[in-house]
Amino acid sequence: MASYKPMVVPAVPRLGEKVTQDTLYWQGYKTPVQIKEFGAVNKIDFSPVPPYNYAVTASSRVHIYGRYSQEPIKTFSRFKDAAYCATYRDDGQLLVAGSEEGSIRLFDISGKAPLRQFDGHTKAVHVVGFLADKYRIFSGGDDYSSNLWDIPSATEIVSYTEHTDYVRCGCASKLNGDVFITGSYDHTVKVFDARAKSSVMTIEHGHPVESVLLFPSGGLLVSAGGRFVKVWDVLKGGQLLVSLKNHHKTVTCLCLNSSGQRLLSGSLDRHVKIYSTTSYKVVHSFNYATSILSLALSPEDETIVVGMTNGVLNVKHRKPEESKEKSQKKRQPAYRTYVKGRNYMPKQEDFFVSKPGKCVLRKYDKLLKGFQSSKALDAVLEPHIRLYTPEVTVAVMQELNRRGTLRSALAGRDEKQISLLLTFVTRRVIEPRFTPILVTVADMITDIYQPVLGQSAVVDKQFLRLQEAIGREIDYQEELLEVLGMMDALFATLTKKKATYLEENKSNGLTKTLNQDTYN
Amino acid sequence: TGGGLRVVFLGGCPRRGGHGCRLSRRRFLLCTAGDFVKVYSAATEELVRLLRGHGGLVTGVGLNPHNRLQLYSCSLDGSIKLWDFTDGILIKTFTVGYKLLALYALDSCEDSVFVIIPKRGERDTFQLVSVKLTKTAGQDVEAKEFSVVLEGVDASPKCTAFGREGEYVASVKNFHLQVYFFKRKQLNRFSLRATNAKGGNNLFTCVACHPKEDCIATGHADGKIRLWRNFYHNKEYVFSTMHWHHDRVMDLSFSIEGTSLLSGGVEAVLVQWHSGSDCKKDFLPRLGSAIEYISVSSDGTLYCTLHTDNRITIINSNLRFSKSIQGLIRARDVKTGLVVDPRTKALVLNGEAGHLQFYCLQSDKQLYSLDIVQQEYIQQAGLNQTDLVKVAFSAQGKWLATVEEREEEPDLELHLKLWFFDEETQSFKLNTQISMPHDDHITAMCFRDMDELEDDSLILVTAGKDCLFKVWVILEDTDPEAQQSLSWSCDFVGSYHNYQATNCCFSEDGSLLAVSFEETVTVWDSSTWDLKCTFCHPPGKIRDICFGRLTCSKYLIGATDHGFLCCWNLLSCALEWSAHLNVVILQPDPLSEHIAAVSWLSKESSLFVFKPNEPRPICIQRNLCQEKIQFAAFVPRDVPETVGSEKYVWLRRSQLYFLTDAQELMTFSTKSSEERLTVSSKQLAVEESLPVTPFSLLLGKHRHQQSQGDIDLTKVVRNHHEQDSPAVKELLHTPAHVLPSASFLCPIFINSLLISKEKKSAEEVADEVEMESEEAEEDSDEEEDVTEMEQENTKSMDLLGEITCKLSKAEEKELRKVRKTDYSWISAF
Repeated sequence: MASYKPMVVPAVPRLGEKVTQDTLYWQGYKTPVQIKEFGAVNKIDFSPVPPYNYAVTASSRVHIYGRYSQEPIKTFSRFKDAAYCATYRDDGQLLVAGSEEGSIRLFDISGKAPLRQFDGHTKAVHVVGFLADKYRIFSGGDDYSSNLWDIPSATEIVSYTEHTDYVRCGCASKLNGDVFITGSYDHTVKVFDARAKSSVMTIEHGHPVESVLLFPSGGLLVSAGGRFVKVWDVLKGGQLLVSLKNHHKTVTCLCLNSSGQRLLSGSLDRHVKIYSTTSYKVVHSFNYATSILSLALSPEDETIVVGMTNGVLNVKHRKPEESKEKSQKKRQPAYRTYVKGRNYMPKQEDFFVSKPGKCVLRKYDKLLKGFQSSKALDAVLEPHIRLYTPEVTVAVMQELNRRGTLRSALAGRDEKQISLLLTFVTRRVIEPRFTPILVTVADMITDIYQPVLGQSAVVDKQFLRLQEAIGREIDYQEELLEVLGMMDALFATLTKKKATYLEENKSNGLTKTLNQDTYN
Repeated sequence: TGGGLRVVFLGGCPRRGGHGCRLSRRRFLLCTAGDFVKVYSAATEELVRLLRGHGGLVTGVGLNPHNRLQLYSCSLDGSIKLWDFTDGILIKTFTVGYKLLALYALDSCEDSVFVIIPKRGERDTFQLVSVKLTKTAGQDVEAKEFSVVLEGVDASPKCTAFGREGEYVASVKNFHLQVYFFKRKQLNRFSLRATNAKGGNNLFTCVACHPKEDCIATGHADGKIRLWRNFYHNKEYVFSTMHWHHDRVMDLSFSIEGTSLLSGGVEAVLVQWHSGSDCKKDFLPRLGSAIEYISVSSDGTLYCTLHTDNRITIINSNLRFSKSIQGLIRARDVKTGLVVDPRTKALVLNGEAGHLQFYCLQSDKQLYSLDIVQQEYIQQAGLNQTDLVKVAFSAQGKWLATVEEREEEPDLELHLKLWFFDEETQSFKLNTQISMPHDDHITAMCFRDMDELEDDSLILVTAGKDCLFKVWVILEDTDPEAQQSLSWSCDFVGSYHNYQATNCCFSEDGSLLAVSFEETVTVWDSSTWDLKCTFCHPPGKIRDICFGRLTCSKYLIGATDHGFLCCWNLLSCALEWSAHLNVVILQPDPLSEHIAAVSWLSKESSLFVFKPNEPRPICIQRNLCQEKIQFAAFVPRDVPETVGSEKYVWLRRSQLYFLTDAQELMTFSTKSSEERLTVSSKQLAVEESLPVTPFSLLLGKHRHQQSQGDIDLTKVVRNHHEQDSPAVKELLHTPAHVLPSASFLCPIFINSLLISKEKKSAEEVADEVEMESEEAEEDSDEEEDVTEMEQENTKSMDLLGEITCKLSKAEEKELRKVRKTDYSWISAF
């Protein structure tokens, strides 16, 4: 024999973007902190060692910020003109930065004055970085050259002049102390080995290269330029693995998250897109106020820092995870009761008798079980249900309608309750998933309370509002229909050619079969 | 066997009235079912006996008050039969000669029972009479001696009841209650007004009498129950009213001590009223469907309710649900048709409201009932209920698609649900629910039947009255965190000139989809969804379509409502043949090329079985049954049956079942009914005194097998014993002190146990004997020789005892004759 079946609230598929694990993860950031810099932020680099300070290069300064500081904790301002690309060394002790005047300066984190200065570039140096062996620096300049410098002696080791345009980006391999990569506006990415006289690999990106990135494994290379982000397999001799075109303006910066599972790209179109590095599909994206020039993620994805063209630094911190603590707070039963019967190890011949789970009925279900339709409707018109889960309210109305008792449940209500009902209907009747039943409800209410119309100003007002809402919706639907008609016309003209083509095909097929028949 | 095909009634729902059930003290449940009385064990819900013998609908059963192992049954064939129901023996038949509509057997009446019979000469008037059952010996007895007790009673057995110790009888009809006191010979009539002030309907529906007190309970059409007291007086009677039912009270019954009253009605709630008061009552709700009869066992421990959907519920006296006996559940309206579950080979159709019943054909039992609608069912007349209208299984039974609809002017609620068979729980689990898959009624639904292919090629097609057909496919969610990886979504929407889509079906290999749009059949390529070609046979809309199978897969068969059966060739795109036949159902056999078409012409259904490649039907069976056949289905057999006649070769691999308008399930059988019955009765033979638990069944089976084995062995042995009975008998029955020594007897005994060649040898020996005797005749001149020979003869006879048996009587006679003549000849000498 069956027991009472609780009312089923129909689940409606969520419209819009699907909530995936990724969206939840990337939405777990607090509201951003905005810091104003003196000029466009061209580089943000996190120190690889705790407390994970980060260096921000903007205008003629390099600011060092602490994790939660709003003010820079240190500033390097020994640049006559714009500074570029302040980058930490692996141990977080040294910092190197290029500059507009062509000199490269090396700073100690604790000091103020540069430790070394490397002169040799004739034009601005937009990219500098440390090689993995810690004692050499590579740089790329607007004089088309890519140089390698020795830190102790502050001398140039080698200079490659293979690029035919500005060198604007680069990175060093983390595994091999001799390998570094530069990207240039001549649409190429070149891989250099310090032991070789010339570049060991050239990759055609097809657009001025704005940013390059090497995966920690060193096997995959990512280049960004134009609207494209391209991933190359270095081990296969620079074969294109995938080309991503998800931005609608130039992609300016790239960055990997701490686990290496996600790739982030920032662009002038004000978006940061996050890709999965397994499927290369966009799993999430952030919107920003202005065009993005630089982007960095702290270790453990604790902070996302984005630098913009208008000099604003946007810092987002991750929310602390609370959910686990909350569940722990729940009072545990006393140890003795908790353990009771649980330390019994069942023997093999024991027969398990599972206790049926107790079915807890919601309030409206209890009332519906007792055929108390009016009270059930009252129960779901409580504010917390009516406002936060209107689908429950509507489902109960639907259920009452199915039972044929909706009319009697709606009848016999006072002014306050009617106005409450009408407010609900007015607000929700335009939602497509609720429309069919709420139209019936509205019909019934007008039917039932027609005789008493005009006795209460509040109710009359509500009725007028309902009428207005429905009128608006009708206008809207008409407009939509018009648009649909226009689109149909467009599609019709588009598909006409195809259709004729198909018909031709079909006649061919038919004649073919006919021919076969005759042969037979 | 060259015997003809016969239609076999399998089960289902004899909708004609006259049900009744009684519980006996020994925990048997007696229930009328059509022309039979069924005896169930209340403890195990097993069918113990099927009492057959009546020639008409059985209308009532009653336990013999003087012998609780016997029961009376009455039937429309005008006879009362007395049975020993534990052994299933018919003891006596009393022929009354009138249609009997109800039977009451009372303790107080020694040799008579009360029956309701139609009054002679008047239509629709009935009278309660007492029939004297004569105690004359013999099986068939005439019982013409009866006296009228009450005139103008209702035909329903529920409307008459006998009071305390048979002192009075109460009967209700329309708005009158009449009570007749046997001793005083006084008749009191009480009337109610047709409607009361509040507009309630005072029509009497049933009556029950208190077993200990003078109290009558009556049920009314508006749901009220009245308790009448002090009805000896025509004026000073009193009644109290109790009201809970919102609709007609279907049946009333007092408990054995009369402390509580049970009532039931459309609400499917059994109400127990305590001590005749309105305030104290207990309920047993959600019994499935309206209660039609309530019965209390004679020891008072069990109640039993009979429901309109052909189900019996057994309830403990503390109102705890105990068991239910259910065969093919009678649905309000079968809309799904007959579908075969590929996994269990069970027939699937509408069952309990909102449920799908899986009915096992072999055991005549419901396997299980799958809740599709998953909504609380409100038992109320005039409500638009959610109906299950379409069901389809994928080829392996892995997926189940169901369509439910609820029509409420002007809205239509439609749900398409897809269920996945969960191997772990061994049941179907809801996978996807699609609300409003079409804007109008769904007319047809089918899966692409492809056995060898994987899940991702599974396609479901629905055709709707909204002039569209939709193709649904499985989507796989690659997100590992998602709750379920598979879900269904719409892949293609097709239409044809804005005609309503009426049918759809896939070809056997799944490459082509045929969808009929009113007058036209369209054929679509299932990989590209291109329209390939169209067929039509104007005038007349397409009623049903199907593809041929196996060697006939190039044909498409269609039936139009203008009375034509058409067969189109898909290769030449031309009409192959057509026949003038008003086909109602077109059902292809999944295992062969045969297609069954059921036609409906002038109030009779006929069956035509044909192969699409030839227009001549293989088998024609006219006049299947009087009712219109609604649905048919081929159920694959477990073991192919050997069918002698060429005509019935289509029955070899699968069996055709069909369901009539009256929800009666029928099938064809080439076997004679006796054969079938023996099989079924063998299955039903269960030791009735033992409670049948699964364990006992297991044990019983084991024992049965063992005993069967034993029987086989003993049979072999016994055969021999019988054959060589003289030798062995002599050995066994002669006193030991007379017997010769064992060493002498041993070879004889062992010889007698030898099996092989004995027949042959016996014949040979017989021949020899004959020859010898002939010789004897020839050489009868010498007396000594003859005697010698005789001695030899007797010796051999002694040694081989069985030979004497083997000699035919004629031979023996001849021998004897020879002997006689010999002796006479000698004496004459």
